[in-house]
Amino acid sequence: MSEKDIHHGHHEHPKGATITDHVHYQDTEGVIRFEEDHGHHDADRNKKNFIHTYIFSTDHKMIGKQFLITGIFWALIGGGLSNIFRMQLGFPDVPLHFIGAIFGDKWAPNGVMTPDFYNMLITMHGTILVFFVLTAGLSGTFANLLIPLQIGARDMASPVLNMLSYWFFFLAGLVMFISFFVPSGAAGVSWVFYPPLSAIRESSVGSETGADLWLVSMSFFIVSSLLGGLNYITTILNLRAKGMSMAKLPLTIWALLITAILGLLSFPVLLGAAILLMFDRSMGTSFYLDKIYMSGIGAMPHEGGNPILYQHLFWFLGHPEVYIVILPAFGIVSEVLAVNSRKPIFGYRAMVLSMLAIAALAFFVWAHHMFVTGLNPFVGSVFVFLTLLIAIPSAIKVFNWITTMWRANIRYTPAMMFSVGFVSLFISGGLTGIFLGNSAIDIQLHDTYFIVAHFHIVMGVAAFFGMFAGVYHWFPKMFGRFMNRTMGFIHFWITFVGSYCIFWPMHYQGMAGVPRRYYSHGAFESFNKFGGLSEFITIAAIVVFLAQLLFVFNYLYSMYRGKKMTDLNPWKANTIEWTTPINPGHGNWDGPIPTVHRGPYDYGKDGEDFIPQTVPMRPGETTHHG
Amino acid sequence: MEATLTAPTTTTNSWNGGVSPFKVSWGKLMMWYFLLGDSFSFASFLVTYGALRFSYDSWPVPNEVFKSFPFVEHANWPLMFVSLMTFILIMSSVTMVLAVHYGNAEKDKKKVAMWLFFTIIGGICFLSCQAWEWTHLIGEGMVMTSNPFGATAFGWLFFCITGFHGFHVLTGVVINCIVLSNVTSGVYDRKGSYEMVEKCGLYWHFVDLVWVFVFMAFYLL
Repeated sequence: MSEKDIHHGHHEHPKGATITDHVHYQDTEGVIRFEEDHGHHDADRNKKNFIHTYIFSTDHKMIGKQFLITGIFWALIGGGLSNIFRMQLGFPDVPLHFIGAIFGDKWAPNGVMTPDFYNMLITMHGTILVFFVLTAGLSGTFANLLIPLQIGARDMASPVLNMLSYWFFFLAGLVMFISFFVPSGAAGVSWVFYPPLSAIRESSVGSETGADLWLVSMSFFIVSSLLGGLNYITTILNLRAKGMSMAKLPLTIWALLITAILGLLSFPVLLGAAILLMFDRSMGTSFYLDKIYMSGIGAMPHEGGNPILYQHLFWFLGHPEVYIVILPAFGIVSEVLAVNSRKPIFGYRAMVLSMLAIAALAFFVWAHHMFVTGLNPFVGSVFVFLTLLIAIPSAIKVFNWITTMWRANIRYTPAMMFSVGFVSLFISGGLTGIFLGNSAIDIQLHDTYFIVAHFHIVMGVAAFFGMFAGVYHWFPKMFGRFMNRTMGFIHFWITFVGSYCIFWPMHYQGMAGVPRRYYSHGAFESFNKFGGLSEFITIAAIVVFLAQLLFVFNYLYSMYRGKKMTDLNPWKANTIEWTTPINPGHGNWDGPIPTVHRGPYDYGKDGEDFIPQTVPMRPGETTHHG
Repeated sequence: MEATLTAPTTTTNSWNGGVSPFKVSWGKLMMWYFLLGDSFSFASFLVTYGALRFSYDSWPVPNEVFKSFPFVEHANWPLMFVSLMTFILIMSSVTMVLAVHYGNAEKDKKKVAMWLFFTIIGGICFLSCQAWEWTHLIGEGMVMTSNPFGATAFGWLFFCITGFHGFHVLTGVVINCIVLSNVTSGVYDRKGSYEMVEKCGLYWHFVDLVWVFVFMAFYLL
């Protein structure tokens, strides 16, 4: 079932809405292709143009893989950058000659990196990992792969916009990549891009051309995520298979739906903020600038703006953004935990409602990132209250995950291990979030390593764990082969233990007041006692990074040499993506789209290990989850 | 074929899958969601306007800034020209409504094309008015870095926000031109649906609605 068939179908039978098209298409095509013939898809694919199949593909599964592979590429770069600057923090002034070889000697005279280069590294590390990996790489991959497969659709609502979404992301990445190699280097003003540092070109080396390219790249990225998000929302609402009511949606789909809505409502605000910043940089306006005197230059011409305004706009995106990062992981983990516990997810409805509550609260807590900006203490207290409210739905989710596993016959797969690891990390990172949500404590801990530890555990590493769980779990769906189990377990244990080794000690550094973003702490006598701890963190970071190379090796190896999938439903899961052929073509189901009769979590019900969603309800049977 | 086509009607609840819960096609739904998102980008600009506007002790008086009229020397007609602009834009929404109506209800290709054409003319008139107003204000010295009428911020906020709105109008005009050429070449007749005209209409009305807020911010407050 190739792309051509689908497009043909759309043009030939254009009457009414797409729903009708789908129905019609599924009928005509279904009759012709109702056979379990796996061979002819590969033959089909070979006949097709390489560019249409692998590059400008409109097949959601291929676009998902494109997002994943691009995400892995950026994760390696973003993670690699962190190792370079961790070297500076753990082993200050040890020469690293490869920096000069790649980026030019001016960034690292005699192999020792300059402070400007350090700024560039932390900025790019944050930007790349938050946006390119954990936003596009995570929700781009799994929304594209899972939404049509799990709701029972042939493809996304608009496959063309979907393709454009990937290519805008690619363009954003290209511009960001180029920015490393312009004479003034990539942006070096931290990923939050606060003015005045980001708004005045002369203020630092990292505020020059690199910052322009950062803004251009982010604009492309926002377009990409909006095109993707619009598609995800409309697909989930309009293209669900017959019988797939909202209450029967797998939690992955709920999570991806809520993620897309969050992105749709928050990314335009960042776009607005970025456009105004471009004006401040290039057109002489002063949205974010007031009277500033710069040594060596004198009084700047700007007047009448407000740098805090940018922070409000940024964090109005920035806070929902952390849920954009973590919600897909919530969904993936809920699914993987239930499948591998062979038990229904505990409290399906509570899981959905808590995600909705988190998403709604996400828009009313942004100023907790700004407690030290001179915020009115009364306003601060309102934001403290709203922030701490998020602990309630978060705790509901955590308890539901734990009770799902409670007294279950857990099947240990790498995906399951990463899901359990996710729950652990989410608890550890979430608890420090309660500290930071209190303005009185936050004022002490703000901009220290405590906050670095907090958000790396709760949204950085945890979201990565969700991503790994998803990749290990759905790899057979993507490539028809399994990832290597042993390598998966080794990858898990090194990453899990290693991540705690990296970030746990940072809490103590932070409580002692060690500030983040500093190139060197050597000038501060009182921080010298943390030298050994910093070395330990750096070594742990390098070990964890090497473990990720093992994952990448496993991924590439298993793509071509992994154990072949022989069973349609290797994890014995209920969701309908496992009813497609092993290597589904464009259109997913050879026959008609299956009808859905029950919720996705009927595990261990009435003495049966699992009952797929396509099995009709028996007479007198009641729904499992409430 | 019959079985699957009639199947959705047997389900009582439209949220059960197989049909669109909002009873609209995905394309129209996508447009609605796009406009929802876009309203947040306008909101970010207008919030910026509000935050800066109310941090100033004195602000230019709109009646003094916007008192000129084309071809009238030394006119002192406060807000007359912007009223004309607003009237043109709102009338272009009316013509858009008619285009959508003749497309949906009567599938009358000629009338759709005619009213869409008037909408495009309205959009171009609005943009031309904006161009004249900008040129005039720049001529009077209101630029990004200085403003003879008072706070400089008024100038750059005005140019950025009305510019962003104007960019939306321009986009709308371009899209309407493409759709008009599709209408005249009979694309939607062959498709049997003029929904694309309706989707453009949604966008056009949105741009119109946003203008009301932009207008209020700069010309009334």
